[in-house]
Amino acid sequence: METYKLTVNGQQKEVTVDPGTPLLWVLREDLKMTGTKYGCGIAACGACTVHVAGIATRSCVVPVSLVGDRPIVTIEGIAQDPVGRAVQDAWVSADVVQCGYCQSGQIMGAVALLKSTQKPTDTNIEESMGGNICRCGTYVRIRQAIKSASQQLNSGGAA
Amino acid sequence: MFSYRVILRVFFIILVAGAGWSTLSPGASGQSMSQKETAVPATREAGLAAWQQVYSVLTHPRCISCHTATNYPQQGDDRHRHLFNVVRGPGDKGVPGLNCATCHQGANADSTGVPGAHDWHLAPLSMKWQDINDKILSSPEICRSLTDRSKNHIPDGLLKHHQVEPLVLWAFQPGRSRDGTARALPPLTHDEFVAATRAWVEAGTPCPKNP
Repeated sequence: METYKLTVNGQQKEVTVDPGTPLLWVLREDLKMTGTKYGCGIAACGACTVHVAGIATRSCVVPVSLVGDRPIVTIEGIAQDPVGRAVQDAWVSADVVQCGYCQSGQIMGAVALLKSTQKPTDTNIEESMGGNICRCGTYVRIRQAIKSASQQLNSGGAA
Repeated sequence: MFSYRVILRVFFIILVAGAGWSTLSPGASGQSMSQKETAVPATREAGLAAWQQVYSVLTHPRCISCHTATNYPQQGDDRHRHLFNVVRGPGDKGVPGLNCATCHQGANADSTGVPGAHDWHLAPLSMKWQDINDKILSSPEICRSLTDRSKNHIPDGLLKHHQVEPLVLWAFQPGRSRDGTARALPPLTHDEFVAATRAWVEAGTPCPKNP
């Protein structure tokens, strides 16, 4: 067991876990932040996506020992970010969610896309979000919400 | 795989021993010449033999799977298309939301089976060693590509790349798969690979002719 100091959503956290423990389980089991979901456990579905140093990261396959001092942002903290807030608002407006299980990862992926690509094309969206699986098939509304958030952000409407 | 590695090792030892004998012989005969003067110029034949050693590593799945000619990397010993719809992206590091670093960290994650090393990324298309149908290019074709000075800085750049590039070093310490099995290694050790590269460079980077 090792002790790790993590920065999660701007707050300092300390956990004592096995070095090979995936970040996802540290978030969910040790820090009780259950907004990030376990889907497949092999990085194939994207439900566990968080941001590590701004990069959308599959927390189910990243051992906590490899996080280092890089800041972590989860779905619980994404609304603190103007882009995150715009994406969440667009998600609500477009009524994207059906069962909702994958949506934490979908939103984290969408925010990562919009932070680097202000006006994503359909191809940009397909390539960036292609690793986030939704068994309810909400893809059409996800695309609509991403474009809506993009328009809002580019019109200066971010909170 | 084992017998193939043994054959390559024996061949490599003979190659290095032969080069060492030819270099040491003048000194052994009592000639007082400088190191530079005693060095016997590497022959084209020795260079070509060294190149084949280099080629055997470059075309191993641990190396060539990220030297594709397509819009995606490969994975596994069968070099299948990378799962999860991973694409190359404009900087060879994936796309926002699905970067290489989305999963691949700075070191191997043996507890989850994801390989990692500093700055994980695809080789640029200028360094492709496969065709668009994922067929590995021939020895002469890859050799010509490597010796194209518009793409590489032979000899210093390539030798240094093989010596210190983290992704090259990773190929010789590739970690374990999700089921706990060690990933297959290239047919040479890293030291042997660097020695073969050096021998090839010192021979003038000769390339074999088309078959």
